Amino acid sequence: MRPLWSGTITFGLASVPVDMYPANRSDRVALRMLSPDGVPLNRRYYSPETGRDLDDDKMIRGYEIEKGEYVIVTDEELEKLAPKKSRDIDMRRFVDEKTIPPLYFERAYFLTPGGGTEKAYRLLAKTMEDSGRAGIGTFVMRGKEYLVAITAENGILRAQTLRFADEVRSPGEIGLAKEKEPAKATVAKFKKLIASRSKKELSTKELQDTRAERILKLVKSKKSRGKDVVETDVEARHQGNVVDIMEVLKKSLAARR
Amino acid sequence: MPARAIWKGKLNLGSTAIPVNLYSAVVDKIVHFHILEQRTKSRVKQHMINPENNEEVPNDQIQKGYQLEPGIFVLLDDADLKKLEPKPSRDIEVTRFLSPSQISSQWYDRPYYLGPDGDEKAYFAFVDALAAQEKQGIAKWVMRGREYIGALSAEDGYLTLVTLRHAGEVVSAEELPKPAGRALDKKELSMAKQLVELLEGEFDPAEFSDEYRERLVDFIEKKAKGKKPKLHAVQSKRPSPSLEKTLSRSIANLKKQKEKRAA
Repeated sequence: MRPLWSGTITFGLASVPVDMYPANRSDRVALRMLSPDGVPLNRRYYSPETGRDLDDDKMIRGYEIEKGEYVIVTDEELEKLAPKKSRDIDMRRFVDEKTIPPLYFERAYFLTPGGGTEKAYRLLAKTMEDSGRAGIGTFVMRGKEYLVAITAENGILRAQTLRFADEVRSPGEIGLAKEKEPAKATVAKFKKLIASRSKKELSTKELQDTRAERILKLVKSKKSRGKDVVETDVEARHQGNVVDIMEVLKKSLAARR
Repeated sequence: MPARAIWKGKLNLGSTAIPVNLYSAVVDKIVHFHILEQRTKSRVKQHMINPENNEEVPNDQIQKGYQLEPGIFVLLDDADLKKLEPKPSRDIEVTRFLSPSQISSQWYDRPYYLGPDGDEKAYFAFVDALAAQEKQGIAKWVMRGREYIGALSAEDGYLTLVTLRHAGEVVSAEELPKPAGRALDKKELSMAKQLVELLEGEFDPAEFSDEYRERLVDFIEKKAKGKKPKLHAVQSKRPSPSLEKTLSRSIANLKKQKEKRAA
């Protein structure tokens, strides 16, 4: 698996080359769409005019300005529209990570040492981990600009994309009622309740995907009864390889000399 | 324009239940494109085809299956899936409260606001209490046929509820090998630390804007008027030669800027 993005983190005038990989794996139980005889189907684009399937080079990207009227934007134009230095994540600000409201976090990625020496990478990771700060900056990946918070844990840099300020609603925009001075006694009652129900840590049991567990249980029961099981001689040839993200990350973190 | 609630529920807290409305906290700002056929400049359509014979399979003939191993599927129909749905409920149960450091930001998924729906006194009393105790709640609820778990926080005087990813979905840095190598230079470490301190500040999202999106929207508007806007190529930066020199130069630059601002 190739990195999702490769570039440099700039930090003052220093730059650290990095490769970016996802920090999430999809664990959702994915159901496939099948033909009546059990062949996994593929999604295809076709021309409504001729009814024929279209190859990638026969399609373009358009922005609808009026019904049925489009402005065409090419890949080359998208690339050139990227702001200068888009290959860099310039950490312009260091903040206490816990002061970033939960509403802002979008997705997590790991940054692994990219090319050349790992010294600058380890120096940055150690500094960030010791300071407990998150470096804030922006970068461009696959035709979109992202705001990121970069932190370090276990000597590894992590980038978390954040929403831009205009992508997060404020309570005022939603029209939520203005705060009323609450009764002191009610606040005290809730404080007591919060204290009595406080625990040291999260239980990962609570984070189990219960829906996936129920689907798998039903699948196993159907299998043992031989019910609704379809078999085709169409083998793995139409299916993509499943990538083990842990293996990819371990490999890209392995020391290079 | 006030937003519409997407769900209504009750936040259960001991003997009190606070009625709440749930609102999405995000605004879609993505520039959405359509896929067009190059020849006709009109929208393309999608269908499902059988890759064995390239023939279309109409919607009413498509079945859903879970793959046990390559080529072997167990079929699940809509009635099966419906039966697996949790019992509908309006209750948001708070299972525990935690210090914010116990919830890694890596777990956060979709953000919502919870607004008061009737009992404003209780709502704002709870917000005040949650903020004063500096805690986050772990909440469980069922919405639109799915179970959710979320982090409940007090933010600027209101409640936010951010859904959490499932345990199997998140790779933690602790599971990965720590990059190793020779001991780091003490002088470089202290300079890097100094540099972080010089750049320290408050998190202010308004400091950053989606420059790319702004340029893209501007480009589309100009093109729509028949103009040919100018574009420039992206420049990439090469890694700097000596780490120590670069760090000391950065510190000197930043100090100069700070002095100027102070003067």
